[in-house]
Amino acid sequence: MLLSGSGKGQPGAVPGWVGYALLPVLNLVAAFVLSGLVILVIGENPVDVLSLLVTEALGYPEAIGYTLYYTTSYIFTGLAVAIAFHCGLFNIGGEGQAYLGGLGAGLVALALTGWPWPVVAVLAILASALFGAAWAFIPAWLQAKRGSHIVITTIMFNFIAASIMTWLLVDVLIRPGSQSPETREFDPGVWLPSMDRALGWLGITIPASPLNLSFLWALACCVLFHLFLRRTRWGYELRTVGRNERAAVYAGISPARNIVIAMLISGALAGFVGVNEILGVQHRVILNFTGGVGFVGIAVALMGRNHPVGIILAALLFGVLAQGGGQLSFEYPAINRELVMVIQGLVILFAGAMENLFKPQVEALFRRRSAAITDTGRG
Amino acid sequence: MEDALLLALQLLGATIRVATPLVLAAFAGMYCERAGVVDIGLEGKMLAGAFFSAAVASTTLNPWLGLLAGIAAGVTLAMVHGFACITHNGNQVVSGMAINILVAGLAPTLAYAWFHQGGQTPLLPNQARIPAVELPGADALAGVPVLGPVYRELFNGNNILIWVTLVLVIATHWVLYRSRFGLRLRAVGENPAAVDTAGLSVATLRYQALIVTGVLTGMAGAYLSTGHGAGFVRDMTAGKGYLALAALIFGKWRPGPTLFACLLFAFTDAVQVRLQGVELPVIGVIPVQFIQMLPYVLTVLLLAGFVGKAIAPKASGIPYVKER
Repeated sequence: MLLSGSGKGQPGAVPGWVGYALLPVLNLVAAFVLSGLVILVIGENPVDVLSLLVTEALGYPEAIGYTLYYTTSYIFTGLAVAIAFHCGLFNIGGEGQAYLGGLGAGLVALALTGWPWPVVAVLAILASALFGAAWAFIPAWLQAKRGSHIVITTIMFNFIAASIMTWLLVDVLIRPGSQSPETREFDPGVWLPSMDRALGWLGITIPASPLNLSFLWALACCVLFHLFLRRTRWGYELRTVGRNERAAVYAGISPARNIVIAMLISGALAGFVGVNEILGVQHRVILNFTGGVGFVGIAVALMGRNHPVGIILAALLFGVLAQGGGQLSFEYPAINRELVMVIQGLVILFAGAMENLFKPQVEALFRRRSAAITDTGRG
Repeated sequence: MEDALLLALQLLGATIRVATPLVLAAFAGMYCERAGVVDIGLEGKMLAGAFFSAAVASTTLNPWLGLLAGIAAGVTLAMVHGFACITHNGNQVVSGMAINILVAGLAPTLAYAWFHQGGQTPLLPNQARIPAVELPGADALAGVPVLGPVYRELFNGNNILIWVTLVLVIATHWVLYRSRFGLRLRAVGENPAAVDTAGLSVATLRYQALIVTGVLTGMAGAYLSTGHGAGFVRDMTAGKGYLALAALIFGKWRPGPTLFACLLFAFTDAVQVRLQGVELPVIGVIPVQFIQMLPYVLTVLLLAGFVGKAIAPKASGIPYVKER
């Protein structure tokens, strides 16, 4: 990492926080300014709308619960994209892996009626990981052994997953006598307790919201993610492959093996969305419960710079957007849920695809400043 | 015999109508991917084209202004993509993804604000739609056994954009393999450094390719909402952009095979509509979903090398950074 004030007058000596904090914030500001323009075009006041969005997401305890519930899913998919990134892979298949993960969790919950919830929760977490990982395994294997491009195969696998799930929910798992394509509701005994219920056992009262215990599992996954990548040999090998595949080969590390491992973990992490959504909130397997979480995970990982702390912060940002944006339509009839997608899209565009937009100017600024400091030092 | 012929002709007619937006989008992708820019934002550009052409056609009652608006929308987004990944060397996949999400939100948001009809445009009256071409002599030929039905089902009454697409397919083949622009386009997708050394601007060539991409995706969208359909509805592309991408890969980035892949995918769709709920011998009823996912499965198998080998343009997806 380049450090400032090295005293050698190196060109491009820019402090580390510029890359981690200043540039992402500048990109975010640009995205929000453009979002404001869109809000102006549809005839509302952007400042009012955006401040209401924040209030509705963070302004009162119940809203915070909803925000953190969205955040939970985004943490899972953000980590999923990030671990693949660390191995140099681009997993666009989070959507399909999360969908299949929900199927795994749902099948466990449907089968184990009457079992105590902690057992069901553990088994459902395992099943969602297994299903998500299995769905990621095929593109991973094809990339590692047959050289098919993982971006394209994971896109195709999202569509295949959607078709299979529709077929399962319409023709196979559908609740008998029901018109809508969904399974029967799970037995209330196996539901993953919501946070208000769980804290109630400890005597703490918070308002009811969809926030459930999987939030804690998401935080645990962040810690495990960090330990795995930075403290184990496997994580080291995985990052080596991501940094320089040829160097990895010379070091006796198998890229193919690590590609498969990274994608298996990635798929498992994405699969955990199913635990939050299906076991924690919906309590049945429904159509399209993922609703784009896999894609938002790409943005979360990019903004969070593939680091667990950054991912938590970025997931929180997207959680605020999802919750606050969803509430806007009550106050502003001209605004509907889709406005959130506009803001999301702009954030991904600026923070992800145009991350270098302000870099030359900012770097030039710092270079001039450090040059000025060196000059005064000499003088 | 007559019935079987009619059924086959109706299937083929439906195939052509379904294939048209796929062909336009897949060929749009061909221009930019041959120039070394990956575009998974075809879906978003098509959707934007569909919305803006229907919106303008509905307000002005002029389908041609609508078509222009759709093309303008496609080109604008293509330029955003270019700005992100040619000028700023951004990640092409992320940029495409962002455009898809952005438009999936923007189109219904604007539709809701402008037309107050739950995220769609009003139903277009006939005069605001891109017209079909009525060929002469359909009535005169009606009595002729085979020729009559063929003429009526396959040639007469096609939307004008279908004919335009046919011309574009032939033109693309010529442009890509016979013109100087096409030679440079292919070169910049295979070896941008060589093009640079030859004194041509990699960035300019890639921007030119993206303009064509924008025009074609805009037309594809306009066909959906103002030609084939009669108004914009939420999410009306329904994954056709990705299907076009699959067709492009299945066609190995070459005009002829890509056209064939689009027709094949459209044919499975046309057959699927007919097969719904029909009991087949031996297999029984095939669930619709399995036919729908066929193109994606085929693409995966192709990429795995089980059905030939698809080799993408070498520089595709890699930003070109001039060595200093």
